Amino acid sequence: MTDATLSGPPRVDTIQSSYLAQVQRRRLYGGLTLAIFALLMVSGFMVADGRNAGGFWDGLHNIGDYPADVLSEAWEKRADLPALIVKYFPALIETVNIAAVSTLFGACAGLVLSLLSTRGLARWPRLIPLFRRLMDVMRAIPEIVIALVLIFVLGGGPVPAMIAIAIHTAGALGKMFSEVAENADLKPVEGLASTGATWAQRMWLGILPQVAPNYLSYALLRFEINIRASAILGFVGAGGLGYELRNAMAWGPGRFDEAAAIFVLLFGTIVLFDQLSSRFRNRLTEGHRA
Amino acid sequence: MFELRNVTKRFGDKIAVDRASFIVDRPMMIGIIGRSGAGKSTLLRMLNRLSDSTSGEILFDGQDITHLRGAARRNWQSRCAMIFQQFNLVPRMDVVSNVLHGTLNRRSTLATMFNLYPAADIHRAIEILDRLGIAEQAPKRAEALSGGQQQRVAIARALMQDPAMILADEPIASLDPMNAQVVMDALRRIHEEDGRMVIANLHTLDTARRYCDRVIGMHDGRIVFDGRPDQLTTGIARDIYGAGDDFSEAATSTAIEALNSAEARRLKAKALV
Repeated sequence: MTDATLSGPPRVDTIQSSYLAQVQRRRLYGGLTLAIFALLMVSGFMVADGRNAGGFWDGLHNIGDYPADVLSEAWEKRADLPALIVKYFPALIETVNIAAVSTLFGACAGLVLSLLSTRGLARWPRLIPLFRRLMDVMRAIPEIVIALVLIFVLGGGPVPAMIAIAIHTAGALGKMFSEVAENADLKPVEGLASTGATWAQRMWLGILPQVAPNYLSYALLRFEINIRASAILGFVGAGGLGYELRNAMAWGPGRFDEAAAIFVLLFGTIVLFDQLSSRFRNRLTEGHRA
Repeated sequence: MFELRNVTKRFGDKIAVDRASFIVDRPMMIGIIGRSGAGKSTLLRMLNRLSDSTSGEILFDGQDITHLRGAARRNWQSRCAMIFQQFNLVPRMDVVSNVLHGTLNRRSTLATMFNLYPAADIHRAIEILDRLGIAEQAPKRAEALSGGQQQRVAIARALMQDPAMILADEPIASLDPMNAQVVMDALRRIHEEDGRMVIANLHTLDTARRYCDRVIGMHDGRIVFDGRPDQLTTGIARDIYGAGDDFSEAATSTAIEALNSAEARRLKAKALV
């Protein structure tokens, strides 16, 4: 190695200095990126605050005023609360029902769409982009817009809300399902194809058993999200708890006790389903603990 | 300096390690042999405190390490490095970063999250890599290396910890015979040159015989043999592996010596080309 004419392996100190130079370059780029990011965040906040009608800092201390009004009035009329909760319980059932039915329909549509748009599984591989864009569209249009259009056409009630949420669910779940299906093992599918099975048989018997736990877990997560969505759609006249909440809040002071009762119901339901489904999802993904 | 007293590990109603006891009075190279499922890995993981023992105690320099918690436990883990069968490196990070992970216990969490290490540590990491003959691989991603090279990176990470003891859990089980020899030679050299204690789980008898000063045989969670390699007769080996009369040592061998030596030289020359 002392012979200069021989090109032996590089010496340790050259490796060290070249690696250190590389590290310093990486740190420099990292630091610059961080600085630019911080600068953009700060300037973006200034712009947004400047365009805000009231001003962020001026309005900040008022943020608790409305909840304080609602809470103080509800506290004065706390004796009525149980009766009001009973009164609004049917509306809650309606809200949860909308969420459940739309999750079910949305998940079924999402399942078909996902299989049709997964490379390696698709029935018509050339149409994959078409189905993908279709799902993009379904996800991109806000539920509330679809619901408003449908309410205009079909009239108010739970059906437009259900259709609106189902369309969004199909798009959202379809994408997640298709990502799971991409990682599925294709050997069982090949095995089934060798026996002369149809596409539907290959998917149902070869892919579904592999992906079912993941699919169920995503569908449960979507169900939680849909309960919130279905409550919000009530605001635009789709019935259920949201409709009652809008009425109670629009009347202003005097009916805040009803608003509080509805908040309690909504909060309780979301916590309940959140707990239930997270427990169920854990069981599905991790299996039973011994 | 190192002592196990009735160390036991239970999984449900199954006993994985049953009252294991032994004393090590000076740094040496110890091989633990036995077939898979004999409790070798469980024992090693308890020494490193990756898993907790059900009962019994482990003493190092008079200190009971079985009940260490939090920072004290992590400090013990940094003094007792571990090498795994599947190398357990971070595949997408470069080799030097992987070696620098050996200093994690000494550095602040925030600095290490941004991959900020002192230049002196970086120099030392590359020196260790050079000692193991893989300094040229320093800037590459760990996943781009061959199995034998990855295992040497793992050894470098262990050395970076500057540990009192190195535990190796089947370090050569996923390597071909050539690489297995390189890795075992490296472990032996570390023991001889640095005076560090090395405890290695091995599933082949001849590796244990060739590299270790002391052999511990385990069968069904119990220690059934503890002595010098030359005390290990074929009869005892049969007991350890639970084999019948047809058992021969060559059946567990993966070493190149199992081929005749001329053949071995030819293979070695070919491998180096």
